[in-house]
Amino acid sequence: MSRIALIAQLTFHEARRRKIMWAAVLLGLAFLAIYALGLYFLRGEIITGMDQYPQGTLTAVNMLVMMALYAVNFLIIVMTVLTSVDTIAGEVASGAIHAIATKPIRRAEILLGKWLGFAVMLVLYATLMIGGVVLITRALTGYTPPNVLRGSLLMVLEGFIVLHLSLLGGTFLSTLANGVFVLGLFGVAFIGGWMEEFGSLMYNETVVNIGILSSLIMPSEAMWRWAAYLMQPPLLRTFNVSPFGSNAQPSLAMVAYTFAYLVAALAIAIRNFSRKDL
Amino acid sequence: MSASPAIETSGLRKEYGAKVAVADLSLTVQRGEIFGFLGPNGAGKTTAVKMLLGLIAPTAGAGRILGRPLSDIEVRRRIGFLPEHFRFYDWLTARELLRYHGKLLGMTDAACEKQIPELLEMVGLIHHADQRLKTFSKGMLQRVGLAQALLNDPELVFLDEPTSGLDPIGRRMVRDVIRHLRDKGCAVFLNSHLLGEVEITCDRVAFISEGVVVRTASLRQLIAGETTVHIRAAGVTPETLEGLKQWGREVRADGTYIHMVVDEEESLPAIANWIVANGARLYALTPERVSLEDLFMEVVGDTGEVK
Repeated sequence: MSRIALIAQLTFHEARRRKIMWAAVLLGLAFLAIYALGLYFLRGEIITGMDQYPQGTLTAVNMLVMMALYAVNFLIIVMTVLTSVDTIAGEVASGAIHAIATKPIRRAEILLGKWLGFAVMLVLYATLMIGGVVLITRALTGYTPPNVLRGSLLMVLEGFIVLHLSLLGGTFLSTLANGVFVLGLFGVAFIGGWMEEFGSLMYNETVVNIGILSSLIMPSEAMWRWAAYLMQPPLLRTFNVSPFGSNAQPSLAMVAYTFAYLVAALAIAIRNFSRKDL
Repeated sequence: MSASPAIETSGLRKEYGAKVAVADLSLTVQRGEIFGFLGPNGAGKTTAVKMLLGLIAPTAGAGRILGRPLSDIEVRRRIGFLPEHFRFYDWLTARELLRYHGKLLGMTDAACEKQIPELLEMVGLIHHADQRLKTFSKGMLQRVGLAQALLNDPELVFLDEPTSGLDPIGRRMVRDVIRHLRDKGCAVFLNSHLLGEVEITCDRVAFISEGVVVRTASLRQLIAGETTVHIRAAGVTPETLEGLKQWGREVRADGTYIHMVVDEEESLPAIANWIVANGARLYALTPERVSLEDLFMEVVGDTGEVK
């Protein structure tokens, strides 16, 4: 087995053994169960509503899905931070890294192995949660938001931004400081995204630019906004100003920038970790 | 390949900003040699070991391990390391820990299955093999760490304060392991401030003080060398006393006691003979070995100050 896969396996083993995985799956299922239950009892109204006031009902159902996905989006971010924030900083602090880093393995392989383990967990969790919300909605109401696959991928991409930053922070910060660092950046992106939203609603370019700048520093919120934009019915986009929706025009350049951002963050993390005195 | 020394360094240096942790590490450890690395707290022992293992990048200088540069990854297949205060993921069992480390070393499953029970037996953990590390005491962690360091049947083992946290039985076990390694021709770099331990196990020692190797010496030379002898005898004439000077120095009488310094242990039978042959009654003749502790104090200084 390759050394990267071995470290990834250790990361997985840890999530299993420390019951992180079960807690995430069980509570994720609880989340989906509550959502399904609510939708189940509303489905009579929704189905009649679709006949009588299709536009209003569609808006309401979409709002419900987007609200659930917004919560999922937030959960993905927090779960990613919680699971990965300690992985490097904690092992450096405890000295556990000494026994690994003196084995025939490159530091880059250690870091990439951890990345792989968390990446797989992130994708599995996102699949469970987003897939669960979408399938439950479809099964109970027959409604599927538009562009659901592209929207989901953007949400996963947002999770990756957080993962890469958390791995990067772990190479030079303590566990706690790293958590503050990543969630703090998330906050910057969040408020920036809101500013951009309002700025564009009021045609104020300066405020839009402030939003763009914050998205360049931390592109996470931009990914959610684009996901939310794609997954709304077109009519809703223009006047839906809430965290669950967006009127932000998606830009391919921003996604390209995000990929470059991801690569750079991981590359800097590898470089830092390879040069770090352990 | 096997002609190269186990460790060879010249001028290794580590600075952290203005602070110099290791100023000049220049030493050679031969294959199969048990090498003690001694120094007071804060002298730079752990930093030195970490540089040799590639955990810390030296600011200057160079070194080779088993003939390969310090940064070489593959040479680590032939090296074992027990870090000071061994810690690992506490959610693993002892057996799982060893299996992961075996795989990291590139060992086959078959090799792991063979080695792991043997090593667990050797370090006295065979009955705790499937227990999680979080239930382990400090000493047990140290034991599993030692097993981990020996998995790959290494040619060179670094032990950083191996007996810290161990009870007397555990210390005995470490000594036995070191002897076993010596018998197998494995070189051991023993980082310790427990001088008694080093005295019993090592072939050669280096003293490090304020980040510099101040002296390297063979333990046998050190200990078989100059010896103070205490003699208790009655009826010693001044002539007999004078005659003792042919084997040593600083001869002085104190009642029925005579104290002197001899250059080599081999003179002791001759001294006993001389006293008896000159009609004195010999009750005791006790050589006082120069302990490593005395030497340590002499070399490193006894200010007790943490540098």
